Amino acid sequence: MSDVRDAGYDDFVDALADGEGYYVECDEGHGSLPPRRACPHCASRDLSEEPLPETGTVESCTEIHVPTPSFADDAPYVVAVVDFGPVRVTGQVLADPEDVEIGSTVAPTVTETATEGDRLVAFELR
Amino acid sequence: MTNVRVAGVGLTHFGHHPERTSRDLFAEAGLSALDDADVAAGDVESVYYGNFMGELSEHQGHQGPLAAEALGVDAPATRYESACASSGVALRQAVRDVRNGEVDVAVVGGAERMNNLETAESTEALAIAADDLYEVRAGMTFPGAYALMASAYFEQFGGSREDLAHVAVKNHANALGNDHAQYQKEITVEDAMESPPVASPLHLYDACPVTDGASAVVLVGEAYAESEDLDAPVAVTGTGQGGDKMALHDREDVATSPAATDAAEEAYEDAGVSADDVDLAEVHDCFTIAEVLATESLGFFETGEGVDAARRGVTTSDGDLPVNLSGGLKAKGHPVGATGTSQVAELTKLLRGDHVNSEHVPDATTAVAHNAGGTVASAVVHVLEEVEA
Repeated sequence: MSDVRDAGYDDFVDALADGEGYYVECDEGHGSLPPRRACPHCASRDLSEEPLPETGTVESCTEIHVPTPSFADDAPYVVAVVDFGPVRVTGQVLADPEDVEIGSTVAPTVTETATEGDRLVAFELR
Repeated sequence: MTNVRVAGVGLTHFGHHPERTSRDLFAEAGLSALDDADVAAGDVESVYYGNFMGELSEHQGHQGPLAAEALGVDAPATRYESACASSGVALRQAVRDVRNGEVDVAVVGGAERMNNLETAESTEALAIAADDLYEVRAGMTFPGAYALMASAYFEQFGGSREDLAHVAVKNHANALGNDHAQYQKEITVEDAMESPPVASPLHLYDACPVTDGASAVVLVGEAYAESEDLDAPVAVTGTGQGGDKMALHDREDVATSPAATDAAEEAYEDAGVSADDVDLAEVHDCFTIAEVLATESLGFFETGEGVDAARRGVTTSDGDLPVNLSGGLKAKGHPVGATGTSQVAELTKLLRGDHVNSEHVPDATTAVAHNAGGTVASAVVHVLEEVEA
């Protein structure tokens, strides 16, 4: 594929890399990830960008042993769904698998894959 | 509104057929279904075809017409794509069209060719059923997504890897005599527990295989069945579909599958039955945890109480409610686009009494098929009933 940006997503990752993560919130308080023109939970079109909380809690996690080709040299690695309150985010936890469990506190960051150097959403244990 | 009868069913062997094109696989299943129905290709008024990864695996889009011509059918034909629920949603559309009287004779089916890809390529192709931006780019795989559901389930409701192993053991046992099944090999709980990890807590034996294959059913309106004097004792009496957010992290809860609950409730109401009336089910067990979630969504067990059903013997072939007597996706195999209609084909045979496992359900009259797409962002449920002995 070409290196054309994915508007919304790449802006989100840029901001996360700068320590200024955000999410999209509707006037009902539902959180989601960009790009959004309507809230996926209530269809509200009154959306704003709000700062992502500095830490979140691991809601579920898995250690992936069999990856797709794009992550061949990265495995094994931990993927987690992290609850930030108004919004949840999926990413890799940059830690020993034994140290990550449901309930762990993590902070969002951005890293690169070992396989192809692609950026991805990640978390560090706090 | 006319009643919809299953006039015939057809299946290829599910398994490792890397050299066979989808068009050839579907031709075998579809022609076999037409023969089983005793319906001529010229009578078919519409073809509904499910396929998921044809662009990636065969460089082939626009597959509807290809599916029709493979059967010698000259009729409108459309491909339906809903990940692993592709032929399930195709079936739902066909049921509605036949009910409405717009179509008297329909062929519905699906095919998938996956083993011509390297394992890593097929893993990547399957992963695109998840959210590319926010799941796949974070390194999530398909087993990884179900592993997240399993971890959350264990945390919220309890259950163990060993409970899940019993699901795998049961489904392998059910596939033993099924000539269409990819694996006709018994496994033990110990085998499952000791198989290599794929995405914790799921191991290799928690996962369905990569499968090539096709399935098809012929649906007809009741009037056509009577006028042609067809032997079509099974009817599709209920259909339902549910939807959910694409990414797991956007769902209310990672440990349940509400889209399937919605689909089941709609299908039961449509058929005028309840979960208590169901005698047997084919559910979408792409991973062992998926069978657990499915049986809870279908109302067979309360949320959080389905995990040990196989272990307790409730869902085994001699249990009160046999689940996946075909072997399920786990042992029969999962040619993604073909799975939904293959479930209906197996249930039809089980109800008709001409399935190798019919002996386990001699008095069964009501069956349910549950077909899920992605991590159950799509779900479609159908109720089948034997209407003529």
